[in-house]
Amino acid sequence: MDTFIAPTNLELAIETKNLEVIYGDNQAVFDSSLEFPRHKITAIIGASGSGKSTYLRSLNRMHDKSVTVNGQIIYRSVDINQPKINEYEVRKQIGMVFQRPNPFAKSIRNNITFALKKNGITDSRVLEERIETSLKEAALWDEVKDDLDKSALELSGGQQQRLCIARSLSLRPDILLMDEPASALDPISTEKVEATMRKLRKDYTIIIVTHNMQQASRVSDYTAFFHQGRVIEFNRTQDVFQTPHVKMTEDYISGNFG
Amino acid sequence: MHELFADELKKLRGRFMEMGINVSEQIYASTKSFIDHDLKAANKVIEDDITTNKEEVSLEERALKLIALQQPVASDFRAIISILKASTDLERMGDYSVNIARETIRVKGNPRVNEIEKAIDEMTKLIREMLEEALDAYVRNDEKMARKVALRDLEADKQYILIRNNITAAMQQDSETVVANSGYMMVVRLLERMGDHIVNLSEWIVYNASGELVELNPGKKDPEMVQKLLNDKL
Repeated sequence: MDTFIAPTNLELAIETKNLEVIYGDNQAVFDSSLEFPRHKITAIIGASGSGKSTYLRSLNRMHDKSVTVNGQIIYRSVDINQPKINEYEVRKQIGMVFQRPNPFAKSIRNNITFALKKNGITDSRVLEERIETSLKEAALWDEVKDDLDKSALELSGGQQQRLCIARSLSLRPDILLMDEPASALDPISTEKVEATMRKLRKDYTIIIVTHNMQQASRVSDYTAFFHQGRVIEFNRTQDVFQTPHVKMTEDYISGNFG
Repeated sequence: MHELFADELKKLRGRFMEMGINVSEQIYASTKSFIDHDLKAANKVIEDDITTNKEEVSLEERALKLIALQQPVASDFRAIISILKASTDLERMGDYSVNIARETIRVKGNPRVNEIEKAIDEMTKLIREMLEEALDAYVRNDEKMARKVALRDLEADKQYILIRNNITAAMQQDSETVVANSGYMMVVRLLERMGDHIVNLSEWIVYNASGELVELNPGKKDPEMVQKLLNDKL
C-alpha cells in the first residue's frame, strides 16, 4: 500500500512505533508509527472502521485487558505500553474528551473537583484555583462563574462539552485526546470548541479524531489519514489538504471514495 | 456529491478553453485589422470583447459558487483556483486586442512602413502559437509543456526589442511615418505584454498540476537577459 509519512523535525509529545491493536481474531490497527509534535494539534481522519478511534484510545491505555496492543507508545522517553506502567498515572498526563458530552450528574464545581479530590487534593484554595483556571481555559468561565453549583446537566450540549474539556484540564495533563468532540454539537458550539482548542494549543498537545474534513483543515497543524487500520499519510495539514502525496488520501478528502 | 462536482468542474474547464480560443481569435483579428488598415474589422474586435468580458464574469461566478457550496480540496481546489486566476490573464489579453484595434482606427490614413508591419505579423504568429500551446498544456495538465511555453517568452521579448529598434530608426529616417510608428510601438508593446500573460497562464498550469507556485518569466529572473542574448547575436 502506498504511504507517505513526513518527518516533523519538531519536539515530540508522544509517538507510537509499530503499534497494532487486536480484538480477538480481528486486527483493527496495523503497524502504525506516528509522531505527534508538542504543542500542536494533530487531526486523525479516516472513514468509519479505519481504526482511528481505536488508535487514539490506545494512546492513553483506554482498551481493556481483552484487547491486545502491541508495539511501543513512547511518552517522555518511556514506553507506556507496558503492564508495569500504571494506566491511571498515564491518564493523568494524557486526558480524553469523548464524542458525546458526558458530565457527571453533579454540580459544575464538582465535575471539576471530582478527579482532583480522588487524587488527594483537598486544599480548598487549590481547588478553587483549579476550577477557575480550568473553566477559563475551556472558555466556559464567563458563562458559568455565577452558577458553579448548578447541575452540569442543565448546561447546553456545547457548554457540557466545554465542561468536559475543563474537567480533563483540571488534572493539568500534558496531552489532550479528543474523539469527535464536536460531532454532537451545533455549528456555534462547534466553533466555541474549536476556538478553545486553538487557545489550548499554547500549553497542550492535542490529538483529535474527526469525521469532519473541514474541522480537520480548520483546526489542526498536522493531519494523519487512516485507512483500513493503517496510517496512509501524515503531513502538515496545509500540505495534506492542498497537495496530498497519496492518491487514496486525495480521494478521501475530496469525497471521492468508493 | 462528488459526481456533481466533477460534472461542474468539467463544464468550467470547457468554458475556460472556449474563452482561451476566443481570445486567440481576438488577437488574430485585431492585428490583422491593424495590418490590413481595416476599420470595420477593428470595430468588430472592440464589440466582440464584450463577450470575452461577460465570459470571464460568468466563469468567475461559477467558480466561486463551486468553492462556496462544495468546498473543494487538493486537486479539485487547485483546478478551480487556476481557472479563476488564468481567466483574468485571458481577459486582459482580450483587452490588449481591443487596444490594438483602437490603434488601427487612430493610425488609419497615415503613411506606413511595410517591413515593420510584416514583423508585427510575425510576432503575432508567435504570440498566438504560445497561447495555443499553453491551452494545449492546460488540457493535458502537462507541467513540462507549460514550462516550455513560458520559456518561449524570451523569443517574444527579443522580437519586441528588435522591432522597437527598427521603429526608432524608421522615425528618424522619415518623419511622415511618426504617427504610424507610434502605433507600431504601442502594438508591439501590447504583444509583448500578452507574452507575459501567457507566462502567467503557464504558471497556473504548473500550480494545477503540481501545487507549486512558480515564477516562470525568464525576464523577471534576469531583466538583462534578453539584451544579453541580443548582444551575443550581434
